[in-house]
Amino acid sequence: MRYLSEYRDPKLARALMAEIKRSATRRWVLMEVCGGQTHTIVKQGLDELLGEAVEMVHGPGCPVCVTPLEQIDKALALAARPDVIFTSFGDMLRVPGSDCDLLQVRARGGAVRIVYSPLDALELARRHPGNEVVFFAVGFETTAPANAMAVWRARELGIKNFSVLVSHVTVPPAMTALLESPDNRVQGFLAAGHVCTVMGWTEYEPVAAKYKVPIVVTGFEPLDILEGMLLAVRQLEEGRHEVENQYVRSVRRDGNQPAQDLVSQVFELVDRNWRGIGPIPRSGLGVRAEFADFDAERRFAVDGIHTAEPTICRAGDVLRGVLKPFDCPAFGTMCTPEHPLGAPMVSSEGACAAYYNYGRFRSAV
Amino acid sequence: MTTIACPVPLVTTDRVQLGHGSGGKMSAALVRERFLPHFHNDILAQLGDAAIVDVGGQTLAISTDTFVVQPLEFPGGNIGSLAVHGTVNDLAMMGARPCWLSAGFVLEEGLPLDVLDRVVLAMAEAARAAGVLLVAGDTKVVERGKADGIFINTTGVGLRPANFAPTPARAQPGDAVIVSGPIGRHGIAIMTAREGLAFEAEVTSDSASLTPLVHALRERVGDAVHTLRDPTRGGVASALNEIAATAGIGIVLEEHLLPIPGPVAAACEMLGFDPLYVANEGLLVAFVPEAQADDAVSALRSHPLGRAATRIGRCVRQHPGMVVLSTGIGGTRVVDMLPGDQLPRIC
Repeated sequence: MRYLSEYRDPKLARALMAEIKRSATRRWVLMEVCGGQTHTIVKQGLDELLGEAVEMVHGPGCPVCVTPLEQIDKALALAARPDVIFTSFGDMLRVPGSDCDLLQVRARGGAVRIVYSPLDALELARRHPGNEVVFFAVGFETTAPANAMAVWRARELGIKNFSVLVSHVTVPPAMTALLESPDNRVQGFLAAGHVCTVMGWTEYEPVAAKYKVPIVVTGFEPLDILEGMLLAVRQLEEGRHEVENQYVRSVRRDGNQPAQDLVSQVFELVDRNWRGIGPIPRSGLGVRAEFADFDAERRFAVDGIHTAEPTICRAGDVLRGVLKPFDCPAFGTMCTPEHPLGAPMVSSEGACAAYYNYGRFRSAV
Repeated sequence: MTTIACPVPLVTTDRVQLGHGSGGKMSAALVRERFLPHFHNDILAQLGDAAIVDVGGQTLAISTDTFVVQPLEFPGGNIGSLAVHGTVNDLAMMGARPCWLSAGFVLEEGLPLDVLDRVVLAMAEAARAAGVLLVAGDTKVVERGKADGIFINTTGVGLRPANFAPTPARAQPGDAVIVSGPIGRHGIAIMTAREGLAFEAEVTSDSASLTPLVHALRERVGDAVHTLRDPTRGGVASALNEIAATAGIGIVLEEHLLPIPGPVAAACEMLGFDPLYVANEGLLVAFVPEAQADDAVSALRSHPLGRAATRIGRCVRQHPGMVVLSTGIGGTRVVDMLPGDQLPRIC
């Protein structure tokens, strides 16, 4: 397949892996920020193939995983209302809330629909004027522009029965929180290529300088990730700590300005809870007052819902890279993809599910 | 792409969910916990694609299947042709020659009669092509909103020749794993039609009767065909997992050998799906000893339906019950059964 098979070429991959091993004089600890990158690493078995040179810690960049329990419970409450058609990306449907998930709400009669774009949800609102259509706006900077566009269009078109339940988060504050943590082991980052396609990389430059960590903006295909690892390892070996761009076919230094403008018109920075990590100041996006009519939390008064995270699930330690999923006492026994205790077991991009799905073999043989 | 040794169901559920019909672990749990305890008998307990019954020196295969596909008509077929192929193929996978079929229709009030005509016509053509007679039928009509256009149930009865008894339990280490054609066409054809997604090249369903392919295999390698399976719901991955568990063997797939058509791969990339879990309706997986594998592949290729037949992996003694895939660049990963439906990923 054009534009894909080129980035999965086995020969080039082996050459890059050999180069990474040659370059590393010791074992370095790198974190890939994005869940899509985790998926590729575990799916291709890259961490197993490179184990002697690089330890990959799977970062917090899976939007499904870091959406706090409280927001899930609000989603469940909204979806159960008879007047609401609740719309969401597919993998949010299985994320467990306090007592059920969206699939179960649907089985009990709630109108829950999978959409592929927030604009599809807006179209649904246009076609069902008698219902309230709520879209679950989760994700990092990558999904924020499309979600902002849906709100902006709703106002343009005068669609009054559309709103968004927002749980947007942003990458740089999470990276900073990880680096500030006393038990941090991460020595370099593969930054999320698609986040940077929107945002560019200027906001990572002060992070790299302050914490003296290399940050390589990296794509999602096997060769992207291997090249990103190689660039990071070379920086570490040479004692450099810069922001480098591996994903040149998609990312420019300043990112996508129109997309950023749209996001800042509709959303503003807010404090946000991260599932498993806790509150991080100014790490999320919320709907601006001008667009309050389209904010499901304001419209439906679900702000009374407060939920504490369960203590048995050690997702926070996994997301911070302190604990490998295999080492969690609940992994594979109390916590499985059929019965996830925490979100990283739900999404196929979550670190725990990725290990469960692809990695079980390693402990079996 | 991705997911259990631990058969933990979703313990919190008190209602039927769509995932219970996905062909994955939730489906298996539903059958195991809700149906089998009450319906238990030795024939049912085999849990093959079709039941095998001995009657007066003849071996019969019996299978039933219900079709609820939306849209009713899709590129490459409609619910009528599918209702014939699905049941006929379940018989063929047990080595039987399909002979008789019954059909039960549930029609929704308001269904356009020309749609019904096209469905029935396709059904008749499919039955003729598969060499099976439709010998009994029933029709019910329900109020608008109580069904989705047409539901069809078909039950098939076939005769199994002597000395030909493929079954999942016979798969063994040393067997080659062969598929008769490209993977993932039916599921992607349905999904693109249902969601109105447009890709560069149209994907048509592979829906077809597999009887001629089974015949070709039997003629060439006979009872060396240890196991046959049509990987419908849940796809190739789920079918192989069931066989690995039943036979107590490990299966190793080679990623670079998997015949995944470009448009199917492209659609899966966009939706975040894995072609190995996508449904097929005209594809078979055959387990044949390595020594006869080339013969089996060439037998399949002699028929137009099987011209893309190819080996995709092998059975091993190691990691019993587990399907493992060697990735193109030399890594390995477990190909597990999914808990429920594949869900489109967020990004």
